[in-house]
Amino acid sequence: MLSFVAKRLLGAIPTLLAIMTIAFFMIRLAPGGPFSSERAVPPEIEANLNRVYHLDEPLVIQYWHYLTSVLVGDFGPSFSYKDYNVTELIWTGFPVSMQLGLTAVLLAVIIGSILGTIAALSQNRAADYGVMAAAMTGITIPNFVMAPLMTLVLGVYLHVLPAGGWGDGVQFQYKILPIVALALPQIAYVARLTRGSMIEVLRSNYIRTARAKGLSERLTITRHAARAALLPVVSYLGPASAAVITGSVVIEQIFSIPGIGRYFIQGALNRDYTLVMGVVIFYGVLIIAFNLIVDVLYGVLDPKLSHR
Amino acid sequence: MAVSSFDAAAKLPGQNVRGVSLWQSAGRRLIRNRAAMGGLIVLTVVALLAAFGPLLSPHKYDDVFWDVPFSAPPDFANHFYFGTDANGRDLFVRTLYGARISLMVGILASMVSLIIGVVYGATAGFLGGHADNVMMRIVDIMYSLPFMFFVILLTVFFGRNIFLIFVAIGAVEWLDMARIVRGQTMSLKHREFIEAAHAFGVSGPAIIRRHIIPNILGPVMVFVTLTVPKVILLESFLSFLGLGVQEPMTSWGVLIADGARSMESAPHMLLFPATFLAVTLFSLNFLGDGLRDALDPKDR
Repeated sequence: MLSFVAKRLLGAIPTLLAIMTIAFFMIRLAPGGPFSSERAVPPEIEANLNRVYHLDEPLVIQYWHYLTSVLVGDFGPSFSYKDYNVTELIWTGFPVSMQLGLTAVLLAVIIGSILGTIAALSQNRAADYGVMAAAMTGITIPNFVMAPLMTLVLGVYLHVLPAGGWGDGVQFQYKILPIVALALPQIAYVARLTRGSMIEVLRSNYIRTARAKGLSERLTITRHAARAALLPVVSYLGPASAAVITGSVVIEQIFSIPGIGRYFIQGALNRDYTLVMGVVIFYGVLIIAFNLIVDVLYGVLDPKLSHR
Repeated sequence: MAVSSFDAAAKLPGQNVRGVSLWQSAGRRLIRNRAAMGGLIVLTVVALLAAFGPLLSPHKYDDVFWDVPFSAPPDFANHFYFGTDANGRDLFVRTLYGARISLMVGILASMVSLIIGVVYGATAGFLGGHADNVMMRIVDIMYSLPFMFFVILLTVFFGRNIFLIFVAIGAVEWLDMARIVRGQTMSLKHREFIEAAHAFGVSGPAIIRRHIIPNILGPVMVFVTLTVPKVILLESFLSFLGLGVQEPMTSWGVLIADGARSMESAPHMLLFPATFLAVTLFSLNFLGDGLRDALDPKDR
C-alpha cells in the first residue's frame, strides 16, 4: 500500500511540473509586465524594480524562481486587487468554494447512488425509466442553463429561496440553489453509473447465494451488492471533483458567491495574469490530490487490487 | 417461419442470397431507433433554421431598433418573433446566429480533435513498444491537467479570436479519441491483411492511412457524434462567462448570459436561447447513443 502511494506521488510530479511550466511560459508570453501599467515609471527605476524582482535575469533562472516561490505557496502580487497578493485572495475564497464543492460531491454520491439503486431494482419499469430520463436531462442541460432556470422558478416566481448572493456565509437558504445546481449533473452521472454496475452485480452468483440463504432483500442490497456496485462510483470521484471545480466557476459567477471561481473569472476579464495563473496552479494541484486520494481509496475498497 | 433460415442456408452462395453488410444492418437499427431518428430530424430543422432562418426576418443580427421597447416579449406585428434583447436587437435573428456559431464550433472543433486524435492514436498503436509507452504517458499527463482553465488562459492571453477557440477546444477534446483509436489499432495490427501489406513492403504511414484508419471509422464516427455536443457545451460555457464570442457577434452562451441577467423582467430572453441549446444537445446525445447502439450491438 505504501509503495503504491509513493509510486502515485512520484507519478504526480511530471503533471505538476507540466502545469507550472505551461503556467510560467504563458505568463511570460502575455503582453505587458507587472510594472508596465498605466503609470509610467522612469526607466532607471523600472530597471531597479526589475532587478529586485529578478525580471532582468535569464529566463531559466526566472523559471526556477517562479517554481520555488510557487512551491512555498507564493503566487506573486495581484494585478488588479490592491494590497492583496494572489495567495491571500485564494485563501479568502477557498473556504467558500470548498464548502460549495464538497457538499455538492457528497450530495451527488448519496442521492445519485440511491437513485441508481432504485432504478436498477426496478429495471425496465416506470421508476427505472423515470430516473434515467431525469439523469439524461441532468447530464445534457448544462448547469449555466439549469441554474438561471431554477432561480427564475424558485427565486423569482415562487420567492421560496433567495435568487443570489451568499448571505453572511452562515445562512443556509442562500446555499441551497448553488449547491443543487452544482450537484445536479453529478447526481445524474452517479445514478447512471450505479444503475449499470448494480444491474451487473445483482446477476452475480454471490447475490443469488445471499438470496437463497434467505437474507432479506434490503440486507442483500446494503451488505452485499452495494459494496461492489459502488466501486465505479468511487473511481468516478476523481473526474467528478474536477467537474465540480470547473462547474463552481460558473455557479459562483451566476450567484455572485465570493469563492475562488469568481476571482478567477474576474481575474480573467481584468487580465489579472498572476491571479489567473495562481488559481490554475492551485486547482491543478487540488485535482491531482483528489485523483490520488481516490486511487488510494479504490485500492483499499477493491479486494482484487490488494496485491499492489 | 422456422424453416426460412434453413432454406436460406440450403441455397448455394451466389443464388440471390443478399448479404447484409455491417453498415446496412447498422443503418436499419438506427432507423428503428425512434429517439435517434427524432434527434436527427430536430437537428436537421435546427441546421436549416440556422442556415436560412435569418432570411425569414427583415432584421439584421446587429441592427439596433431604437423605436421599439427593449427586452420586449415576442411581437409578431413588427416581425420580432422572439422579441428584442436588452439593446433593442431582434432576438430571433440573434438566436439563429447563435445556432450558426454553435454548430460551426461543434463541427470544426470536433474535426480538429478527430484529426489530432486519429493520427496520434493510430501512430501510437501502430508503433507500439517504447514509442507507444511514451506517447500514452503524455496523454495520461494531459488528462490530469485542468484543461478548461488552460482554454480560459489562452483566451485571456491571446484575445478572444473565434478560430483560436475552435483550435483550443479541439486540442482539449482529442485525448479520448486518441485512446479509442489506439485501442482499435492495437487490435487490428496483427490481423492477416496488415501482415500481407507488410509483406508487400507497404510503408508504415501508408498502412496507417490505407488500411488502419478506414477500419476504425465506425467507433470513431460514434465518438465524433458524442464529441459535438461536448464541444458546443464548452463554447457556450466560455461565451457565458464572457470569454468566448464577442459582440456584436453572438452565441447561445452569450444570449443565455444576457437572459440570465434580465430574467426577472424579461424571461423570454433566457428561455429562447436556453431551449435551443437544450434541444440541440438532447438531439445530438440521442443521435450519438443511437449510432453507438447501431454500430456496436453487443454494447447494448
